Amino acid sequence: MLLQINNLEKKYKNGLVALKSINLSVPEGEVMALIGPSGAGKSTFIRCINRLVEPTAGEVILDGTNICILGSRGLRSARKSIGMIFQEYALVEQLSVMENVLTGRLGYIGFWKSAWRRFHPNDIDKAVRLLERLGLKDYIDTRADRLSGGQRQRVGIARALLQNPKLLLIDEPTASLDPKTARDIMRLIVELAHEHNVAAIINIHDVTLAKAYAKRIVGLSGGEVVFDGVPQQLDDDSLTVIYGSESWSDKHQEDSPEPLHEIKE
Amino acid sequence: MAEENTYKLKTWSKPPLIRAAWLRWLVLVGTLVYLFAAGRTIEVNFSRISRGLDHGVAMVSAFLQPDFTSRGSHIVVGVLESLTMTVVGTIVGIIIAVPISLGAARNISPLPIYMFCRFFLMVLRSLHVVILALLFVIMFGFGPFAGVLTIIFNGVGFIGKLLAEGIENINKKSLEAVRASGASWPQVVIYGVWPQIAARFTGLSIYRADQAFRESTVIGLVGAGGVGAVLNTALGRYDYNTGAAILIVIIVMVLIGEYVSSSLRGRLT
Amino acid sequence: MPVTQTQQGSRWVRHSSRDVLVRYTVLLLTLVAFIVAMRFISGQTMWVFVSDAPRQAADFTARMFPPDIGFFPRAVAALWETINIAVFGTILGVIIALPLAILCAKNTTPHSSIRAVALTLSAASRSVTSLIWALLLVQVVGPGLLAGVLAVGIRSVGMITKILYETIEEIDTSPIEAVKSTGASETQIFLYGYMPQLMSAFVGITVYRWEINIRESTIIGIVGGGGIGFLLNSAINRLAWDQVSVILITILACVFFAEIVSAKIRAAVN
Repeated sequence: MLLQINNLEKKYKNGLVALKSINLSVPEGEVMALIGPSGAGKSTFIRCINRLVEPTAGEVILDGTNICILGSRGLRSARKSIGMIFQEYALVEQLSVMENVLTGRLGYIGFWKSAWRRFHPNDIDKAVRLLERLGLKDYIDTRADRLSGGQRQRVGIARALLQNPKLLLIDEPTASLDPKTARDIMRLIVELAHEHNVAAIINIHDVTLAKAYAKRIVGLSGGEVVFDGVPQQLDDDSLTVIYGSESWSDKHQEDSPEPLHEIKE
Repeated sequence: MAEENTYKLKTWSKPPLIRAAWLRWLVLVGTLVYLFAAGRTIEVNFSRISRGLDHGVAMVSAFLQPDFTSRGSHIVVGVLESLTMTVVGTIVGIIIAVPISLGAARNISPLPIYMFCRFFLMVLRSLHVVILALLFVIMFGFGPFAGVLTIIFNGVGFIGKLLAEGIENINKKSLEAVRASGASWPQVVIYGVWPQIAARFTGLSIYRADQAFRESTVIGLVGAGGVGAVLNTALGRYDYNTGAAILIVIIVMVLIGEYVSSSLRGRLT
Repeated sequence: MPVTQTQQGSRWVRHSSRDVLVRYTVLLLTLVAFIVAMRFISGQTMWVFVSDAPRQAADFTARMFPPDIGFFPRAVAALWETINIAVFGTILGVIIALPLAILCAKNTTPHSSIRAVALTLSAASRSVTSLIWALLLVQVVGPGLLAGVLAVGIRSVGMITKILYETIEEIDTSPIEAVKSTGASETQIFLYGYMPQLMSAFVGITVYRWEINIRESTIIGIVGGGGIGFLLNSAINRLAWDQVSVILITILACVFFAEIVSAKIRAAVN
């Protein structure tokens, strides 16, 4: 088992309980979608895995290492094998595409080398190949703020994959994209995860997209796992359990991604 | 209710700035009392002014006949001192200000470091540059060395605070992403923080150089070197013609500095 | 093209070689200027005094504590003068700056030559600091608060004028046209068209300048312009360090308070 999560719990300082004793395991190379209503704790959950948010109790065991007990150095080294992709891309807008992608190698090299942009030729090579694969070959030295939403998310994907991760944490990758780009991005993520044999946990509130691309779906509600199965098992009843609304199809409508301001080149 | 309104004239007046009437009156009366009391502290001594007007006339006429030559070499040395103090003071000040501004940004620094840096910056910013100069002159003696230190510390206060505010306004998501790749704190700073504030930093640095030059012309009045010291000597001797010449030099140089600084900053954006 | 292929694989550099050259040249020039300037300053400095400084500084600091509490009433009395200089100086500055700004703004100036004169006056006010203004004015009107108020006021004119006339130039003309089209008189157009657009900038810059003037007013006493600066200067000359610390604490508290007030008011008008 690549990732084993035992009794993971997160209680915020204001008393809000975001996660109640979550148990979950993810085998190597599995692409899993995590669905659930807003406030179900999806975002908190994946941030607890790489401890961008500190869990209050429980264990996160990645490849036999309990991440929750690591010191800051150990944590940084564990984060190298966990790539992350964000809803609003989270690129450093003022850096070029290449620099953003190479950010994925920071955990592997020392301070001075990173300050002078001295990356290993193999890393450069891999970065260039990834950018070619993602159709961004012509944008290598373009500043990130000149790109469209879909292009930015591709840069985000390349950055995460350049880490040579074993696990990808993906937070609402399509919520800021138009429906067509959203499908492209989901397809790319799933394909690349298979090509690089990386497991992925995708937070997504678009149930249709989740069913179309993921092999396994986990439903989170009120900080608890309420569904875990293959897409075919996800019927109206289980959706009612997850989203708690009487007519889940209305809920579904609300949650589908809105086309956001795509920047045209 | 509606029927009652039909025969009543509807009135409207602009709602007052302060809603509570008593507070409104209190503020008004308080302001008047303050202005009256404070106004009485300003004494206008007409006989002194009429005597002083001779000085005033002398100053104005001196401005029409400025004397650049008789103390020319002093003026040149003074200007050179001001310029060199500006160069050294600006550069060193900026170099010191950068780490302090990182410490004074709440989003990337732990609370104790933040508090310490903020307090340090607050003290520096509260003390006027001339007060700093006064203190440094006592410690290090007259001359440009005290002036350089003054400009350094004043610059640290200025750049430190504004840069820290810039850092606090950067995009948090990008920082999170860099952190998630396993980057160390210094790497987060150079890949996540620095690119986002670099443009602001350059603009602030140019602006600071301009500001430092203005300061370098005035701190000489309390002995910290530069062209201000020459001005102080000239005015002390009632040598208004030389004083006027120095003032003209200062004004011209400050205006050139302002022009260069603003056109450089204009090209940046 | 910063990505190149080599035998070992791909090579990528951040900047093109021309950029690198420019960067290093700028860095080198800065370094040279720095070294030249350092040498000049070093030549003008009496290093004997500097070498003595750390011991001196430690000595002063030690003698600053404990502060002479009994001196506080006098410091506060001088602070009262300082605050008054700042308030009346700001008022004076605003009174002069308002008409000057109207003359400076392209869309309200009666003539371009008048605009040039007004701009020159505003620039002259900004390019001489209040301490120099005070130095000159003390010789004319004699030492005291009046010289301070005049110095601070004259110095404030430039900045207030600049901000105001820039705001006037950026005024949105469509509401003005709308007010005009109702048949309003010139004064009515000013009250209903211009004023609402200018008020927040006007209040903002006035309060901000007042905050700066509080700082400025702490020093003009040094050249005889009244206020706490006079007290500070004499305490330093008498080497009364326990009084110097009292004065510095008073100034810090006052400036801190003024900053809060100014920020609160400016946030309220925005």
